[in-house]
Amino acid sequence: MNLKLRVWRQRSAAEKGKMVTYQVTDVSPDMSFLEMLDVLNEQLILDGEDPVSFDHDCREGICGSCGVMINGRAHGNGLFDDHPQTTTCQLHMRSFKDGDTIDIEPWRATAFPVIKDLAVDRSALDRIIQSGGYISAPTGTAPEAHSILVAKKDSDAAFDAATCIGCGACVAACPNASSMLFTASKVTHLGLMPQGQPERNDRVVNMIHQQDLEGFGGCTNIGECSASCPKGISMENISRLNHDLLGALRAGARPKS
Amino acid sequence: MALDLFTVGDPIADTKAPMDVPIGERWSERRFRAKLVNRANRRKLTVIVVGTGLAGGSAAATLGEAGYKVKSFWYQDSPRRAHSVAAQGGINAAKNYRNDGDSVHRLFYDTVKGGDFRSRENNVHRLAEVSVNIIDQCVAQGVPFAREYGGLLDNRSFGGTQVSRTFYARGQTGQQLLYGAYQALERQMAAGTVEQFARTEMLDLIVVDGRARGIVARDLVTGEISTHFADAVVLATGGYSNVFYLSTNAKGSNATAIWRAHKRGALFANPCYTQIHPTCIPVHGEYQSKLTLMSESLRNDGRVWVPKERGDDRDPRQIPEDERDYYLERLYPSFGNLVPRDIASRQAKNVCDEGRGVGPNGLGVYLDFAEAMQRLGRPAIEAKYGNLFDMYAQITGEDPYEVPMRIYPAVHYTMGGLWVDYDLQSTIPGLFVIGEANFSDHGANRLGASALMQGLADGYFVLPNTINDYLASGPFEKVDAGHPAAVQALEEVRAQTDRLLSINGNRTTASFHRELGRLMFDLCGMERSEESLRKALDRIPEIRQEFWTNVRVPGEAGRFNQSLEHAGRVADFIELAELMCVDALHRNESCGGHFRAESQTPDGEALRDDENYAYVAAWEWTPEGVPPVLHKEALEFEYVHLAQRSYK
Repeated sequence: MNLKLRVWRQRSAAEKGKMVTYQVTDVSPDMSFLEMLDVLNEQLILDGEDPVSFDHDCREGICGSCGVMINGRAHGNGLFDDHPQTTTCQLHMRSFKDGDTIDIEPWRATAFPVIKDLAVDRSALDRIIQSGGYISAPTGTAPEAHSILVAKKDSDAAFDAATCIGCGACVAACPNASSMLFTASKVTHLGLMPQGQPERNDRVVNMIHQQDLEGFGGCTNIGECSASCPKGISMENISRLNHDLLGALRAGARPKS
Repeated sequence: MALDLFTVGDPIADTKAPMDVPIGERWSERRFRAKLVNRANRRKLTVIVVGTGLAGGSAAATLGEAGYKVKSFWYQDSPRRAHSVAAQGGINAAKNYRNDGDSVHRLFYDTVKGGDFRSRENNVHRLAEVSVNIIDQCVAQGVPFAREYGGLLDNRSFGGTQVSRTFYARGQTGQQLLYGAYQALERQMAAGTVEQFARTEMLDLIVVDGRARGIVARDLVTGEISTHFADAVVLATGGYSNVFYLSTNAKGSNATAIWRAHKRGALFANPCYTQIHPTCIPVHGEYQSKLTLMSESLRNDGRVWVPKERGDDRDPRQIPEDERDYYLERLYPSFGNLVPRDIASRQAKNVCDEGRGVGPNGLGVYLDFAEAMQRLGRPAIEAKYGNLFDMYAQITGEDPYEVPMRIYPAVHYTMGGLWVDYDLQSTIPGLFVIGEANFSDHGANRLGASALMQGLADGYFVLPNTINDYLASGPFEKVDAGHPAAVQALEEVRAQTDRLLSINGNRTTASFHRELGRLMFDLCGMERSEESLRKALDRIPEIRQEFWTNVRVPGEAGRFNQSLEHAGRVADFIELAELMCVDALHRNESCGGHFRAESQTPDGEALRDDENYAYVAAWEWTPEGVPPVLHKEALEFEYVHLAQRSYK
């Protein structure tokens, strides 16, 4: 099939960007979305033009590197009724039809400055983890694994939250560019485990504080995040975060200065 | 044989394992004999760690906790992206929680045997010993392993072992273990013990007075090339499956760090040992960029077959039973569809070579669940394999509940890597290599659920206990950017970058990478012969020549330039491919993932030659035009006796 792409081109964070139109021909329905962009890039290189930059790595939906807005939707999630929520690399061209026009833009959020074209800087998410998204267990200090029992339902729920791949689709989809679903998934994962209890109050207040410092917006429970999440992380995690946050504040926990 | 292609140098040996005590005491004895570094002195010592996968992430976090000054480098935007994240199955540990006869000795035995007697007993034994500590460590960090209703950890049997020693977190074990290490690493970054270099790629090793003292790296965002110094350098940069272009590795996975270290003097061991995984989704077109693996647990219920007749392109459901060849069940009546990875892969290749392959390009075999669906019912199949079936449907657009899956083998893991001693130190003092990047534990074939175990063993427990012995003689004389060795390394990297950008030829980097990959898969893949390898060795220098005169790399050096990154990696893959073929050609025996057509039993099975090849082949780099030098490390088997594998 033949497609018209309108792609956001921006040489660097300091320069202005714009949408540029390209035609791609002979796109096979079996190609992944990123393979379609590979084809465009090879054509651009041979034509002496600058290929489109985009982050990607595992191309099997687990590393969280890839992610673009496709026709205004993060990873294209929500565009196709019959397609499960997934990452950009797992979207295949059979979801499109001959003659389609596809708009491709980077994640848009103050906290995610554009590096080039479709690649953005998501290091703010790592700094949220640094502020408290861990259990302090230096190597060698661990007790025998079976000395810690975890109820299966808690372990399963913690796992569901822990499947977040940190792609940033939740931020890109949110009208407030809030990272609440990302933060909540880590607060929930660690807060459900017995090992996570000692740091539970400090964790949630510090992570929320860091999230504010990074320039992410506030959460107004709209739900676009969960609807765009390739791992289907549920809004329940946000409720849990709010519950933990209130409890922590009442218990006197305050962010590290 | 093949003496025109290499020369034989002095033998090499590990001198660090204390051989005067029994194998079960060697690791504890080594830790006792190793020199220690006083905690107050550790902050005066700097360690560079390249890579943040299971090995690099856990090592950097642990060294930071210990009080060393750590500099951590990775090419992706976040340490959480490292390709360990994609491992599905699980992690082995000799906990014997199932009371089914498992022990450290059994895990050791299975791993040596599974590696087809081409690994070093001491390293494997230590791996089995520390496996139990890994599980404790990960649980303490909050890794959400699968659990039983009573709250205890669940286990399963994996990869044909007879005990249940595999711990798992649904089909995302690698992801969960990596996030544990990543969180520990981020904690150390916040604590200020680990300095971070995101989106920064190592492009050379700086060696001063024979010691590894730093790296040259390129900031992938600004394009700035700079030097970084330390008292020791740790490479945790993964494997080199992407030599084959199509593999299950991430697109960015590359051999540049280990290859540049090799060119600075680190020996490269067993480069020809590659693992080809039988249950991957087949290639569907020229533009294909990567292959996706599906857990081999599918072979527990799926039956592998091809049509008996060549070119039978009927809908598989229309092909009657008596016109199907369930070739694994026919050839291996006792193991059937559950034969080890290397055998399942090679037989798939054989039937496709006979023209009986299925799918658009004839490179595929059926994995059929029709019988299992009848026996167990669809809900049972959904519960067991639902996520894999969904993944298959998403990628191929076919419904595997209705039509048999098509599968084909894909390159998945490389057992070879930089040579290291028992301390995981390479032949360059101060250069340590951990995880898949080294060669040490899997011999000629890696068992399922053992890669995660090795990565974390090296990073959490082995390296942090052995690197002290080296660092105790530091801090070493200060080296800065003005040192002639640093200036020279930096200039060489700059020159290569400029050269790549200036060729401005007519072919893209990807076209060279695809050509190299296809050549390697066909001629140095599941089956190798003197003829195929000689053909590859004739062709690779031509590809290299054409690459350096006709590649087109767009853009500038001083900007974010993904084309330039890829071109540098492919330049190194081309050189490494040549060494892989030389190694494969010199090893005129079949062992593990290395099958030589000339070395097989009358019924077509792999035939090892212990008399002539029970050694590690450690290769020394030589400049172009001079054949590489082979150093042999003899392998001795004190505890596991040499035996031929049989799955008939």
